[in-house]
Amino acid sequence: MVRIIDRRFDSKNKSAVNRQRFMRRFKGQIREAVADAIAGRSIKDLDNGESVSIPSKDLSEPQFHHGKGGIWETVFTGNDQFSSGDQINRPQGGGGGGSGKGKASKDGEGEDDFVFNLSREEFLDVFFDDLALPNLVKTQLARIQEYKNQRAGFTNDGTPANINVVRSLRGALGRRLALASPYQGRLRELQKQIAELLETRPEDDPEIIRLKDEIGILRAKIEAIPFIDSFDLRYNNRIKIPKPTTQAVMFCIMDVSGSMDEGKKATAKRFFMLLYLFLTRTYEHIEVVFIRHHTVAKEVNEEDFFHSRESGGTVVSSAIELMKEILHQRYLNGAWNVYGAQASDGDNWENDSPHCRELLSTAILPFLQYFAYIEITPGEPQNLWREYEKLVGAHANFAMQHIEGLPDIYPVFRELFKKKLA
Amino acid sequence: MSAKRQKRKQPLPAPGEWTFELIEAYHVEIDRVARSYGLDTYPNQIELITSEQMMDAYSSVGMPVNYHHWSFGKSFLQTEKGYRRGQMGLAYEIVINSNPCIAYLMEENTMTMQALVIAHAAYGHNSFFKGNYLFRQWTNADAIVDYLLFARNYLSECEERYGEEEVELLLDSCHALMNVGVDRYKRPAKLSLTKELTRQRERAEYLQSQVNDLWRTLPTQQIKTQAVETRRFPPEPQENLLYFIEKNAPLLEPWQREVVRIVRKIGQYFFPQRQTQVMNEGWATYWHYTLINTLFDEGLLTDSFMMEFLHSHTNVVYQPAYNEPWYRGLNPYALGFAMWQDIRRICEHPTDEDRYWFPDIAGSNWRETFDFAMRNFKDESFIAQFLSPKVMRDFRLFAILDDDHEGKLKVSAIHDEAGYRKVREILSDNYNLGSREPNLQVWNVDLRGDRSLTLRHQAYLRRPLSDAADEVIKHVARLWGFAVKMEVAHEDGRIEVLYERHQDRRKTDKN
Repeated sequence: MVRIIDRRFDSKNKSAVNRQRFMRRFKGQIREAVADAIAGRSIKDLDNGESVSIPSKDLSEPQFHHGKGGIWETVFTGNDQFSSGDQINRPQGGGGGGSGKGKASKDGEGEDDFVFNLSREEFLDVFFDDLALPNLVKTQLARIQEYKNQRAGFTNDGTPANINVVRSLRGALGRRLALASPYQGRLRELQKQIAELLETRPEDDPEIIRLKDEIGILRAKIEAIPFIDSFDLRYNNRIKIPKPTTQAVMFCIMDVSGSMDEGKKATAKRFFMLLYLFLTRTYEHIEVVFIRHHTVAKEVNEEDFFHSRESGGTVVSSAIELMKEILHQRYLNGAWNVYGAQASDGDNWENDSPHCRELLSTAILPFLQYFAYIEITPGEPQNLWREYEKLVGAHANFAMQHIEGLPDIYPVFRELFKKKLA
Repeated sequence: MSAKRQKRKQPLPAPGEWTFELIEAYHVEIDRVARSYGLDTYPNQIELITSEQMMDAYSSVGMPVNYHHWSFGKSFLQTEKGYRRGQMGLAYEIVINSNPCIAYLMEENTMTMQALVIAHAAYGHNSFFKGNYLFRQWTNADAIVDYLLFARNYLSECEERYGEEEVELLLDSCHALMNVGVDRYKRPAKLSLTKELTRQRERAEYLQSQVNDLWRTLPTQQIKTQAVETRRFPPEPQENLLYFIEKNAPLLEPWQREVVRIVRKIGQYFFPQRQTQVMNEGWATYWHYTLINTLFDEGLLTDSFMMEFLHSHTNVVYQPAYNEPWYRGLNPYALGFAMWQDIRRICEHPTDEDRYWFPDIAGSNWRETFDFAMRNFKDESFIAQFLSPKVMRDFRLFAILDDDHEGKLKVSAIHDEAGYRKVREILSDNYNLGSREPNLQVWNVDLRGDRSLTLRHQAYLRRPLSDAADEVIKHVARLWGFAVKMEVAHEDGRIEVLYERHQDRRKTDKN
C-alpha cells in the first residue's frame, strides 16, 4: 500500500548542472563582480568566496502581468477602524499601512539585486580563468629539482650505517647451519658408536680413543665456521624518487620613497595580492620575501611592507642587490621556483637604472621563473622603464606593464600572465 | 471499533528522532483513520530526503525530474541563500500530483512533523489531487513523471544536436509565455509516454506542411483571398499564445515546435494549482488537523506529540492583520482551513444565519458536502459559494477600492450585514485568474504583408500591462520570427499600439 523510500543517499547535486548553466550565462556579470570585489578587499579576505550581486533586471524572467494603475478592489484582513464608505489616504511608501499594497506586488519586479555566494573555488576559477603561469609545465614536470628517498628492499652492499641486523643475522644463521650439517651428521654417528662400544669394552679401548679423537677434530671444524661472514651482510636499500617541486618563493619589491603616495602603494599592493593568490593556486608552499626600498633596501614583514611610511630619494639597485643576496643565500638549492614582482613609480636616480638592468640581467633573471615589473605612474614612463625595456627582448621571463590606477590592475595582471602557448 | 480502541491503549512513541519503523507505524494508523473518513487517494510513496535535496526539488519546480535550465539554477541559489541565512525555512514536505503520489519528507523533521506531513500531504493533498475536477481535467497523474522524463531526454537530445545555447534561448522565450499557454475553456488531451513518443515524430513531419498555410502562394488561393479582402488569421482571436505559436509560427523547426509544446504541457500542469491554492491548502490542513486529533482521541498519541503538533499547526494557519508589518495578503492556509472547518460547522451545528445563507448544506451530512465541494470547485467559485458571514467576521475582512483617478482609497465594504455579499464577491474575484492576469489575445497575422503578428490586450478596469511586457514581446518575436505588435484595446474602444518588435531572422541565426 505505501512505499517508504530512503532517498537521502541518492546523488546529491541534482541542481549542479543548472547551477553551472546559471554561472555560464552570467559569466560576464560574475567576472565584473569578482573584479570589483578584488579592488575593495584586503589580502586575507581573498582566500574566501565572494558574494556576487547581479542587477535583478539582467536575470528577470519576464511574464505578462498587470502593472500599477487602473482600478483594483482588494480584500484585506483585520479591520480595526473602517466602515464602508470611508475614504483613506494612500499609504506612502511600501511599509506601514499595508492597504493598497496588494496590487503593487503584482508586477513581480523587485528592484533589489540578486545576490548569491560563490564558493572559494568558483571565485578563484573565475578570477584565474584562462590565466596560467608561464613555463609552469616545464618547471613542474620536466625540471626535476627535488628527490624523495624511498625504501626499495635490501642490497648486498652499502654503508655500515644501513646494515640491517635482522636480515644479516638470519643469513648468517642459515649459512652456519648449511656448512655445519655434514660434520654434525658424522658427529652424531660417532657418538652413537662410542655409546655402543662402551657397553662391551673398557674406557681406554684403542677403538674408542680413535673415535674420541675424530669427534674432537669434528668439533674443531664446526667451531671454525665463522659466526658472521662479510657476504651475510644485508643493507637497507634506499632509492631516490624524483618529486616535482611544489614550493615557490615570491619576491615583492616596492618603492616606498617619497614619490610613492598612498594611492600608488595601494595599487602595488593589489598587484602583489593577485600574484600571491595566483601562486597559491599552483604551489603547495609559498614563501614571500618583502623588500622595500628608498635609498636603502630592507627586508621587512608584510605589515611593515604595506603600512609603514618612509620617504626620501630612490635607489632601486639597493633592492635588487638585496634580492640577489637573499636569492643566492636561501633559494638557489634547486628546491624553489622563484618569482619576482617589482612595483615602482619608475622615478629612479638617473645613474642607477642601468645598474639595475645589469644586475637583473646577470644575477637574477637566469634563476627566476618570472619577473614582473609594474610601473605605477599617471604620465609618461620614467627612466627605469626605459632601461628595463631593453630587457624585454633578451629575457623571455621578464615582463613589464604600465598601470595608471586601481581599475587598470586586473587587465594588466591578465596581460602579464597571459597563457603562453610555448 | 471499540474493541480495537481497548487494545490500543499504548500510545505510539514520539521521540525527536524518527525511524523508518515508526514512520511505517504512524502511517498505518493515519491510513486507517483516513479510510474511516472516506478519503480516496492515490497509493502513497513516501520518500525521505535531505535538506539539500529539498532545495534541488524546489528549484526544479517541485518535480522529481526536469530538464536543465539556468533559471532553475537561479532559484536554487535563491533558495540556498535564504535557507543558509535562516531567512526562511524549507517546506516540511513537497507533494507531487502523480500516481503513486510522491511525498518528500525532510530528514530534519522530528517524528511529530513527519506524522503531520504524512497526514497533510499523503492524505490531504493526495485526495484533493485525485478528486478535484481541475486536476482531473488538466493533469494526468499516471503520466506526468513519464512525460517529464520524456521532456528531459528530448531536450538533452536537442542540446546535443543543436547546441545548448540554441535550446536555452528557445526555452527562455517559451518560459516567458508559460502562463499564456492554456486554453481556459477547452480540455487538454491526456498524456501518455508511448503515445507522446510516437506522435511526436509524426507531428514533427506533419506540422511543417501545415504551417505553410501561412504563405501558400498557389494562384487559386490568391484569388480567393483577394476576393475576401479582410480575411483574418486566426479567424477568431486566440488566448493560448504558446499553442498558437507551436502550430503557426512560420520559421520554427520541427524540434523547436516540440520544445514549445513541452513547455506548454508542463505549464498547463501547474494551471490547476494556481487556481486552487486556498481550497487545496485548506483541505490538506483541515485533514492533517482532523486525522491527528482523531488519533489523539483514540489515545494513540502522547501529550508531548500534540503540543508540538499544535505549535506547528498554529504557525501554519496564522493570519496577520493588514496593518502588521509581516502582512503578505491572505494566508491561503488560514483562509482555507477556516472555511473547511466552517463548512463542517454549518453542516453539523447550523445557526439561523447559516440556514438563511446556506439552505442547501445547513444540517446536511458533512462528509458528503465536503466531497461535493472538494470535487467541483476552484478558489474563485469555492469562495463565492461557501464563504460564510461568520468567517468574514472572524477574519474581519474589508475591501478597499483603489482607483488611480481618485485621490483617496475607498472602503467599499466591510464584514457587516450590508457588506457580506460585496466582500465575498470581491474576494472571489481576487482569486479569479481571468481578472488577476491580463487578458491577452492573438489578434491578427498580417498574411498579405509582412507576416507580422498582432497581440491585443483587452484592458479591464484600466489596468495596464507591466513594463515586463516589452521584454516578453521580444521573446514572442524570437519565436514568431517576424515583427510582433502589442496593442491595447481600452474599454472606451480606443486601440493603442504599445510595443512593436522587429525580428531580423538572419541576425539571430548568426548568433
